[in-house]
Amino acid sequence: MSTKTPNDRRRFLLSIARGIGLSAMGALVWSAYVGEVKAAPLVLRPPGALDEAEFIKNCIKCGLCVEACPYDTLILARPGDNLPIGTPFFTPRSVPCYMCTDIPCVPVCPSGALNEPSVSSYVKNKAVLDINKSRMGLAVVDESSCIAMWGIQCDACYRACPLLGEAITIETSKNERTGKHAFLKPVVHADVCTGCGMCEHACVTEIAAIHILPRALAMGKVGDHYIKGWDKADEKRLEGASIEVTKTKMSEKSALDSLNDEGGL
Amino acid sequence: MKNYRYLILRRLTQITLMVLYIGANVWGWKMLRGNLSTSSILGTIPLSDPYAVIQIAVTGASLGMDILLGALIVTLFYGVIGGRAFCSWVCPINIITDTAAWLRRALKFSEVQKRFYMSRSLRYWILGLSLILSALMGVAAFELISPISMAHRGLIFGMGMGGGALVVIFLFDLLVHENGWCGYVCPLGATYSLIGKFSLIRVFHDAEKCTDCRSCITVCPEKEVLHMINRSSESVLMGECTNCGRCVDVCQEDALGFSIRSFTKQPKDEE
Repeated sequence: MSTKTPNDRRRFLLSIARGIGLSAMGALVWSAYVGEVKAAPLVLRPPGALDEAEFIKNCIKCGLCVEACPYDTLILARPGDNLPIGTPFFTPRSVPCYMCTDIPCVPVCPSGALNEPSVSSYVKNKAVLDINKSRMGLAVVDESSCIAMWGIQCDACYRACPLLGEAITIETSKNERTGKHAFLKPVVHADVCTGCGMCEHACVTEIAAIHILPRALAMGKVGDHYIKGWDKADEKRLEGASIEVTKTKMSEKSALDSLNDEGGL
Repeated sequence: MKNYRYLILRRLTQITLMVLYIGANVWGWKMLRGNLSTSSILGTIPLSDPYAVIQIAVTGASLGMDILLGALIVTLFYGVIGGRAFCSWVCPINIITDTAAWLRRALKFSEVQKRFYMSRSLRYWILGLSLILSALMGVAAFELISPISMAHRGLIFGMGMGGGALVVIFLFDLLVHENGWCGYVCPLGATYSLIGKFSLIRVFHDAEKCTDCRSCITVCPEKEVLHMINRSSESVLMGECTNCGRCVDVCQEDALGFSIRSFTKQPKDEE
């Protein structure tokens, strides 16, 4: 039937087995590296970027966004930057995102890793680029190193904010130490802040007291258990809320029965 | 000069493309933006690396229209016309590995060194493995370690530590194995070997004129493809041939030259 001698067959099967063995060995090293390098939770992406896990799936590392950026804000991660190699990121303390209204970096993206609809508003059913909808990160204030929190007058971040008076507001309170001065505390509003980093860039302290974190790191999530009952919009969340009932040994019966049965009564 | 015709043309092509890319980033030229992973000609025609797009596809990402179209254009170009020409006419790593191979020949390393065994099919295993890892890890696996991408990105956007990878490839090809990277390891080259298997432009060998001097085999980075030398007149049909034209350059007898693929099964019977 077959012209192959048993030895030929053995040789063929063994060469396949060797290939698989070597591949498994290679996969071990390779996957360990890939796993490490894509775990970069602190990286800040360009406007309109998909969620980090989706972003590094989609990004083809062409650098067209970097070339489109007129301020050299965006950089392609180089070997040695300890970030997923070749993906675009920015460091607001060096160069923040200057929030160009025409967002040149997003429409050039060929892979869809930078998602145009997420930074577009609809005016008369026409999509118009709207940089204010971008969510690159969230400004977080370290109250212990912010000199405004000490009572020294500083509103550098508030003045630098492109959404002045919306993303950062100043909250005043009495300085009890002097009795005649006021604290002018910067407060960031997560529903407005785009994470452009102009506040971090402007901060006067040696290491910025206000800095941009990826939103996934900076923010919590309430979940379905708490609703603002006084807010019509938030009450809507009830409609999609999940119901999850956990039963333990204690809660199997109603509370009353559970007490009545105590001690065989 | 005739002996270096295709070599000089290739270097000119490789360097021109890199200069256009660098000019786009540094001086804002519009002709060719991006890099070899994806570029855009005059801001309209997309070009994409088909291997990178396949890796992205197997991660389960929703592919952008531009990279799909770009990969299609590139695949059609090399698949129908160019063969594996990307490797020898475009890829910047080719300059490094050709230099290493030339130096290795000049210093006669292969005569002294015992051959370090690697299989030519290693690259296809790496290609398969890269796709499995991309699917499992949810990120284009080879693109994260590709020294090719490090090289072109490095030249255009800043090298970082990527220069180290290039030195490693140079030393590997010089000290460990002749044509080691391009001829045995590189899965991008393997992809283009598969894409270019049926392309039109082929090197043709005329056995009548051949004097069996073996110069072509000495310079060829994929020696297996020249199995017909001095045996039969036929085209070099193996997909691994990079159409670099070095064999054509060095042949003093005009026994080798570029031609259009013949679609009859056995060209030698036609004579």
